[in-house]
Amino acid sequence: MNNPAPDTETVYVDPLRQARSRKKARQDALIGVASLLGFVALVVLLVGRSSDWDTVAQTFFNGDQFAESFPGLLQAFWLNVRIFFIAEPLILIIGLLVALARTVKSPIFLPIRVLATLYVDIFRGVPTILVIFLLGFGMPALQLTGVPSDAIFWGTAALVLSYGAYVAEVFRAGIGSVHPSQTMAARSLGLSSLQNNRFVVLPQAVRNVTPPLLNDFISLQKDTALVAVLGPIEVLRRAQIDTSSNFNYTPYVGAALIFIALTIPMTRFADAMQTRSARKKRAGGVA
Amino acid sequence: MIKQDSYICVDGVWKAFDGYPVLRGTSLDVAQHSATALIGASGSGKSTLLRCINALETVDAGSIMVNGDLDVTAFNADLDAIRRRIGIVFQSYNLFPHMKVLDNITLGPIRVLKKSQKDSKVAAMELLTRFGLESKALDYPDRLSGGQAQRVAIVRALAMEPEIMLFDEITSALDPMLVGEVLDSVRELRAGGLTIVMATHEMSFAKEIADQVCFLHEGVVWESGTATELFERPRRVETQSFLQRVH
Repeated sequence: MNNPAPDTETVYVDPLRQARSRKKARQDALIGVASLLGFVALVVLLVGRSSDWDTVAQTFFNGDQFAESFPGLLQAFWLNVRIFFIAEPLILIIGLLVALARTVKSPIFLPIRVLATLYVDIFRGVPTILVIFLLGFGMPALQLTGVPSDAIFWGTAALVLSYGAYVAEVFRAGIGSVHPSQTMAARSLGLSSLQNNRFVVLPQAVRNVTPPLLNDFISLQKDTALVAVLGPIEVLRRAQIDTSSNFNYTPYVGAALIFIALTIPMTRFADAMQTRSARKKRAGGVA
Repeated sequence: MIKQDSYICVDGVWKAFDGYPVLRGTSLDVAQHSATALIGASGSGKSTLLRCINALETVDAGSIMVNGDLDVTAFNADLDAIRRRIGIVFQSYNLFPHMKVLDNITLGPIRVLKKSQKDSKVAAMELLTRFGLESKALDYPDRLSGGQAQRVAIVRALAMEPEIMLFDEITSALDPMLVGEVLDSVRELRAGGLTIVMATHEMSFAKEIADQVCFLHEGVVWESGTATELFERPRRVETQSFLQRVH
């Protein structure tokens, strides 16, 4: 006896099962929303009833203070944005070059390999804020002709050096993640080591490390605030000035909101990239 | 020792990995335009021997000469030149996943042979058509079945116009239903007169197309002969027991 064969495009679901699972989905959504609203109500009730809440609200969430300081904060944030956009491409270039330098095997290039390794070891081991202090206060103190004494310049340079070391390691991990059989295939076609890197290994490596790189970008966005210690009036410094002149901490909250407004979309984007590349890897199979 | 018609001459090659010997002074002669099948248990040295022939592995001792003029094992050997003349196809295809099928194939001709983009593409499309893959030219490798991927890998090696093709167990990773189409491609190359050396577990296929069959055992060519000689009248007891086990 033969089973009837529907055409291959047909998708068939029992209507009764479908109705039941739809009903279940609606119920789940309803329960979720109700639970969330209940939780929020509970928190508001508990916090609101505490006798100190008014003081907390006055100190951190003062509407007048917020309105007064926010435009200035936004203006100051423009400096953070500029630091970020200057630093990021430089970091990518340094990171890639250092990662590549660490993979060259030719004995002539041993000094380059040693230098690259030293650079990564040092700048990954030193706190970013220490590098900022060292360069930002140290270099202008030299008073050498031709060496800039600008705090923003040295702050950005310190961020680039510090993050360059991290990103170099991310790239190196990416290069390591490309299976050696890819190199074997490329070399068996007669491609030189350089051509293998350029056409076969690096394109795959960069693709593999895009999600972790985005995480480092997010981290850098926040760390532009570290340059504040050198004095330039970026968003954190601006908030600090506003705060100390009014003895109210709302400007800090305002600055935090600005950072969050920028990092949350970026985080979601990084997550989406990560999910996508994971899915692609599963579907790939043939590597 | 070197036969008159020896096109690839492997002489006393040793190769060890981490102190574990894989090839132990093995020798092999391959005539031009012939097909040689290497058979033997896993770990007998088939793949390593193939990789030594196109210098993907350096030998510990011994020599490999091609056409009497190309010394694969020389200290100053031009490895890239060797690999241009000797193509290899791997068990796991090793296609470049970030490139379309057509770009996989033209990468070598454009970057190594310095052919123009246009000529390389035309030649690649001709090869793809010859192997019934022309509709896949603009797909990425992850859209191909195992059999298609392996045939693309063959085309990619062929596009370099090699004098010798090495096949390293190219059907071992395939679904049994897909083995046939890949073997058809090898038949096609065999008919075209390319010199072929293949490591294989497909005994019936080896019997069908190989002029010479070599049984490798413990890192040496233990017994070799024509397909009929080796499969019908194996002389050594190890060959007999191997053939009994795989049949």
